[in-house]
Amino acid sequence: MTGPVISVRDLTVRFGASVAVDSATFSVGKGESFGLVGESGSGKTTVLRVLAGLIRDWTGAASVAGHDLKRQRPRSLARMAQLVFQDPYASLHPLHTVDRVLGEVAAIHRLDNPNERIEAVLLAVGLGPEFRFRFPHQLSGGQRQRVAVARALILEPTILLLDEPTSALDVSVQAEILNLLRRLRAERGLTLLLVTHNLAVVANLCERLAVMRRGRIVETMDAERLRRAEPEQAYTRQLILASRGYDRANAAEIAFETEVG
Amino acid sequence: MTDALLTIEDLHVRFDLPTRQVHAVRGVSFSMGREKLGIVGESGSGKSLTGRAIIGQVAKPGVVTATRLEFDGIDLRTLDKAARRKLTGRRIGMIMQDPKFSLNPVMTVGKQIAEAYRVHSNASAAEAKKRTLDMLAAVRIREPERVWGLYPHEVSGGMGQRIMIAMMLIPEPDLLIADEPTSALDVTVQTQVLAIIDDLVSQRGMGLIFISHDLNLVASFCDRVLVMYGGRIVETCRASELDRAQHPYTRGLLAALPRIDAPPGDLPVLRRDPAWMGEP
Repeated sequence: MTGPVISVRDLTVRFGASVAVDSATFSVGKGESFGLVGESGSGKTTVLRVLAGLIRDWTGAASVAGHDLKRQRPRSLARMAQLVFQDPYASLHPLHTVDRVLGEVAAIHRLDNPNERIEAVLLAVGLGPEFRFRFPHQLSGGQRQRVAVARALILEPTILLLDEPTSALDVSVQAEILNLLRRLRAERGLTLLLVTHNLAVVANLCERLAVMRRGRIVETMDAERLRRAEPEQAYTRQLILASRGYDRANAAEIAFETEVG
Repeated sequence: MTDALLTIEDLHVRFDLPTRQVHAVRGVSFSMGREKLGIVGESGSGKSLTGRAIIGQVAKPGVVTATRLEFDGIDLRTLDKAARRKLTGRRIGMIMQDPKFSLNPVMTVGKQIAEAYRVHSNASAAEAKKRTLDMLAAVRIREPERVWGLYPHEVSGGMGQRIMIAMMLIPEPDLLIADEPTSALDVTVQTQVLAIIDDLVSQRGMGLIFISHDLNLVASFCDRVLVMYGGRIVETCRASELDRAQHPYTRGLLAALPRIDAPPGDLPVLRRDPAWMGEP
């Protein structure tokens, strides 16, 4: 397949009177890791949900792995692009064992050899067979997020859509999950679309990123420019400054824009 | 930091559950003056419970014990409920993580703050309103009169947290405990809210306990940092010298943190040593 794996052109999403995403355009190449960064309400998660087929009412053009998302989203597309959510405490069924969580996916998609696949995918995310029959409450936060990644990977997708995959985790666990994602990407040639508010996570995992604000993409840049702190837009500069930690002098530079509730 | 504002010795918090006993805070001791003290740790380290133990807000079946728990010469262990309630609020304030859950949803913002003030003073309603409007202005809310009449769901997260700060600071406490006060906020809003806390704390000469999981933030905001692990303080250092921390846990946490200016690559993963749970 040539051309971008994910392509979004003039994507606009409205919820009633409010415009959640306002003509967003970007594309992600095969095997690339792309970050979608922004603060709450910027529309970054909405873009991801459109790509995952969870939001169907939108205008513009979007395609994933060559499939036009305007048409009915086929089951084969689900097998190519899988979603990992922010909070593994919320995204795993509390009364289902790891085996059932993974087995259900295998059954829906009629995978052959589900037994072997479950074992293999658990190993791939660094969980031994002893975790297979545990319930979510018997796992730590990091282990749960590994299960969530395993649930996505069991379909052997080529694209992972990640919605703040480490925001609910402790710093030490975040490092483990980021390393896991990097390894899986290298092993399987995955394309990653990472939605996050954390610039440092993007700098660690992505080659390119788009910065969103109030539904619009304000800047698309290489991660290298982010690392050198050389953005083109003032807003991106504010984000970088604020992410570095507290500095009384910076506070004056960052304008309050959330005054109206 | 000549005279101690708060002194804690051998603080323990235990939960006797039907099936097991959880020992969440295990022998925490520290002393602080009118400074900005950070308490850092991961989830389950006991940092929040330490803060709650100070204001006597550990929920049942939690049991708090300490050989010393002293605030400005007052022994907090021996206070009865009424005396304690008078002290906390009036002289010790606490800001929680999420303003959505800390504000009364069916009462206007102004009334809540004014109520907090009148509980701790003999002020008339008119006086309380005036003080409230002044306080809202002090946390840089542009139209205090308009915000007075709003309900909590009508304000943004950043404004909600500034309203909480206004409510906590209006009785002019000597000690403010802030438990992850900006974790629910966007980074740019976080900087603004911290600047407000920073200015008010230094203007009024208050002590501040800043509880957070964010090492960078604490290091850049506070004067001194306590690092907690498994219910104990494993390291105390000056915030400006956190990068020279000695304890392997602190060093491991710092190394595991992704950085904007670092090249991509695997992050060192923290190897937990069971010995860290033992005697410090």
